[in-house]
Amino acid sequence: MEIIMAFVCGFLFMSAIYLILSRSLLRIIIGTGLLSHGAHLLIITMGGFGGNNPPVLADGVTEYVDPLPQALILTAIVISFGVTAFFLVLAYRSYQELKTDDMTQMKGSEDHE
Amino acid sequence: MNNFLLLPIIIPFFFAMILMFGQKNLKYQRITTILGLIISIICAFALLFNVKENGPQSLTLGSWPVPFGITMVSDMVSALLVLTTLLITFFIVWYGFGSIGKERERFFYYPGVMFILTGVNGAFTTGDIFNLFVFFEVLLMASYLLIVLGGEKAQLRESIKYILVNVISSALFVITVAYLYSVVGTLNMADISVKITEINQPGIVTVIAVLFLLVFGMKAAIFPLYFWLPNAYAAPPIPVLALFGALLTKVGVYAIMRTYTLFFTHDLAFTHELLLVLAILTIIAGSIGALAHFDVKQIIIYNIVIAVGVILFGVAQMNEVGLEGAVFYLIHDMIIKAALFMLIGIVIYVTGTTNLKKMGGLMKNYPSLGWFYLIAALGLAGVPPLSGFIGKLLIIQGGFQAGNTWSSIFILASSIVVLLSVIRIFIYAFWGEQGQVSNNINKTTFNIMFFPTVLLVFISILYGVGTEFIVPFMDDAAKVLSDPSIYTDAVLKGGN
Repeated sequence: MEIIMAFVCGFLFMSAIYLILSRSLLRIIIGTGLLSHGAHLLIITMGGFGGNNPPVLADGVTEYVDPLPQALILTAIVISFGVTAFFLVLAYRSYQELKTDDMTQMKGSEDHE
Repeated sequence: MNNFLLLPIIIPFFFAMILMFGQKNLKYQRITTILGLIISIICAFALLFNVKENGPQSLTLGSWPVPFGITMVSDMVSALLVLTTLLITFFIVWYGFGSIGKERERFFYYPGVMFILTGVNGAFTTGDIFNLFVFFEVLLMASYLLIVLGGEKAQLRESIKYILVNVISSALFVITVAYLYSVVGTLNMADISVKITEINQPGIVTVIAVLFLLVFGMKAAIFPLYFWLPNAYAAPPIPVLALFGALLTKVGVYAIMRTYTLFFTHDLAFTHELLLVLAILTIIAGSIGALAHFDVKQIIIYNIVIAVGVILFGVAQMNEVGLEGAVFYLIHDMIIKAALFMLIGIVIYVTGTTNLKKMGGLMKNYPSLGWFYLIAALGLAGVPPLSGFIGKLLIIQGGFQAGNTWSSIFILASSIVVLLSVIRIFIYAFWGEQGQVSNNINKTTFNIMFFPTVLLVFISILYGVGTEFIVPFMDDAAKVLSDPSIYTDAVLKGGN
């Protein structure tokens, strides 16, 4: 199971990097979304898949999964959700203002000597 | 157990929430912000003396036993940094009354500042590695708001890059924490420190150390990762720039300092050597940038990069003298960078340009501005008895003690470049023929900007001249950093 998850994470990171390196702003934002998905999957993989029960106190349950990575993921998902929402709004606003979503036209070095 | 150490985090957070309401009422916004800052500063002072008297304070939230709950720890290093952060913000906010502009003040500028304080103080105080990530996100989110506030074209353009870089570095942070968790099985920083020595797997821990250096180095702007900083920081107005320049990179430096003294002490020959080399390269890159530009903002921004290199050089020595120097220099740099940004903000205000070549002859009309700039510039370069001197002295002493003779001499030589780069502003802007002058200078606005700046420069002079009174605090800070067992004992044994 860990091996499969490692491949899935790797694939997510790969596509994320491919998208982030592209020129269109929207693709970059989708790339950052995938990047954080990869990171979240990695956390849950790192917690291990041992234990057959949910980490809830009940009689006779001694083998249960590690609850901590799930708590971490929950926090990380909320944060990445907020950041992505902000990023999308910013992208739309700058598209209105700068009239482009092409990163190569946003270098902004014309005011330098 | 001591709830008191939470106050410098909770109070700005509370005031930020209050400030979200009544955003159109300027008087209310300003008075509430100043009130909040003053209360937090008083608490931070009390906390500092408490830590001085009783040693590191720790608090584990939610009544969990120690390694399981989220721990907040206030040792000497973090107490000093929290106090400095709040003091600097107080002056920057005051300075902002004259220069930030009413439009921004009405659009959540003050809540943004207070939230950034929450994040920065939280990052300095937390004793839990994942909680550090959360506080990083808090301060980053607030910084996204502040950097884009105003919606000018340059700001929008640069914020996109700034956010992108930080999103990637945050993802890397989560990944690194996941790796660390899988190896040590805990998130409490004191517990990690103990477990890392127990598990005895130097190879994989070194990999994690380098990953942490990448993550925090992206925030602290060390050598290969500083590329985003100059343009991003130049976009927002001066008070925001001063806030960022004084605080944000320093959080990254603090995080490197903390992890590299607390966790990764098993393979000094590799990790700290790497840190040393990167520190030197950072100084070189920063020096080149500082000398190459004729834009006053860029010159000081590149000086941030140089200072980060100097501080990390002190950390890389891993002896008590070097670490004491690093803490000394870190706080000096926070104060003096804020002061310098505020000073050049005034220079930009009276000349109406950021281009050095167009300035000139300000000495005739603004002699006091000139003298205070000169003092700040000399302080930055480390001319005794001003504030940069003692930190640099200790860092270099530490370098010699650790046997890094040549690189220490190099650090000394870099001070000359720093001096040259800032004195160049003095020569171009204050001497010579009368250059460009802005034609709508309001005397009151000038005074509102000038007064807090002068006070901040005075604080930096006091920091240099009154070193004798500060040394006991710094000694404690260096002890905590150089001997992790003080920190771990305070958390694991003193916690309940």
